[in-house]
Amino acid sequence: MQYAILCYNDEDVVWSWSQEEDKAVMDRLAVVGERLTKAGKLGTSLRLLPTTAATTLRKTQEPPLVIDGPFAETKEQLLGFYLIDVADLEEALSVARELAAANPGGAYEIRPVALFNPDRRAQAAS
Amino acid sequence: MSDPAWINAALTAARPQALGALLRYFRDLDTAEEAFQDACLRALKTWPVNGPPRDPRAWLIMVGRNAALDGVRRRTRQTELPPEETISDLDDTEEALAERLDGAHYRDDILRLLFICCHPDLPDTQQIALALRIVCGLTVPQIAKAFLVSEAAMEQRITRAKGRVAQADVPYGAPSAVERSERLAAVAAMIYLVFNAGYSAGNNPARGEFCGEAIRLARLLLRLFQTEPEIMGLTALMLLQHARADARFDENGGIVLLEDQDRSKWDGKLIAEGLALIDKAVRAQRPGPYQVQAALAALHARAARAEDTDWANIDALYGVLERMQPSPVVTLNRAVAVAKVRGPAEALAMVEPLADRLGGYFHFHGARGAFLLQLGRAQEAHTAFDRAIALAGTPAEAAHIRMHLDRLIRENVERAG
Repeated sequence: MQYAILCYNDEDVVWSWSQEEDKAVMDRLAVVGERLTKAGKLGTSLRLLPTTAATTLRKTQEPPLVIDGPFAETKEQLLGFYLIDVADLEEALSVARELAAANPGGAYEIRPVALFNPDRRAQAAS
Repeated sequence: MSDPAWINAALTAARPQALGALLRYFRDLDTAEEAFQDACLRALKTWPVNGPPRDPRAWLIMVGRNAALDGVRRRTRQTELPPEETISDLDDTEEALAERLDGAHYRDDILRLLFICCHPDLPDTQQIALALRIVCGLTVPQIAKAFLVSEAAMEQRITRAKGRVAQADVPYGAPSAVERSERLAAVAAMIYLVFNAGYSAGNNPARGEFCGEAIRLARLLLRLFQTEPEIMGLTALMLLQHARADARFDENGGIVLLEDQDRSKWDGKLIAEGLALIDKAVRAQRPGPYQVQAALAALHARAARAEDTDWANIDALYGVLERMQPSPVVTLNRAVAVAKVRGPAEALAMVEPLADRLGGYFHFHGARGAFLLQLGRAQEAHTAFDRAIALAGTPAEAAHIRMHLDRLIRENVERAG
């Protein structure tokens, strides 16, 4: 079963971490990632830049409206995600708990994947 | 989450908004700072036990406000403080307050807090010190160390700056649209001052932190004013310049020029964010000096190797900047690009008329020396480099020019021998 673990946190707080704190968190997350990789359970993962760098295409009108900033003004923002391949929700939750122990604050949304398209850039090159 | 590093980051992140709101309530910076300080102390005590509140900012504002009001009451009537639990248990009130916070005040509170640091009577260094102390929450010893002055001297400087601000009569009502955009421009300039204080400090790590603080403030400002292209430009400019931090100095602290830098040491994450912001800004079609400067930095960031640099475009963008913001320093920078595109003779002709205004400027003599050197006028180059060394602001700047001089002397010796 594939799950996406969506990482939400207050980006003001996350971007207030000192370089050392940021590195410490990333190092702890890498340990979890390493274990999942060895177990063959980790797919793509990524970290997003701040929402100030985001642009939103609103489809409420025709043609769609381009808006500066994230889709929603929320207290906690989507900062990244992990794709994992696990047996069931319990296992997905235990992965999220491990990530949570490595990374202070915020929340993880564990969401089953409906469709997965792998990276196809290599196909374009060949 | 009771992790002390997380609590500290949460308090730092909440500071501008919480302090801004408390300043609006109390209309007095010292009272607001004391109130925030009290709230932080209580947070450090109660968050590890009870867990962090759902909205740390609202919690800090509420607790800070109560603490300061208690202080006022205590001073006037000697009444008892309410027990700690009644202050810490804020669930209902917190929610109501949090909703109000999302309203219109939020933006203006933070803008006001930043704006009081840019009082026109305050010299640049005091604006910087005040912003770092008040908005970023750096300690006086931290700031003193960065400016290489004693803590007592820095304390006095900040106290004096606060005194000026207190007399300045900052309006506490909601600003008009014109006032808001004037404040925004002043605040943007102040943030760039903070950045440059860090950027120009050579490899002094205490000052280098200013760059990170300035970027944090700019991101905060951009969150509040998501559609302002100049704030995007300012943020992008600082991100792109700061991305080169690790490549700007060699292991001995010597300056490594842009064209000699190891570009693999540039921070790709900061560059990506900066480039994304410029792309966004350009869409607004309201150009401004920060956007142009960011576009200049982007041309460097986009060049995989120094020889790939698009000097013709850099020359053109400096031309735009000269028209927007005529300044001899801009012309001097343009001359560096002109030297690459049209040769050192034209570049030299461009900078010679600036001698009156830039005669006391290190970079003027450095660049002039370099153009003369390229033209084979060694003796004149030597004189220009001597002037530059005498005017160098940091040991690294002096060392860099000395390197040119040493080469000149070596070549002269070789020629003579």
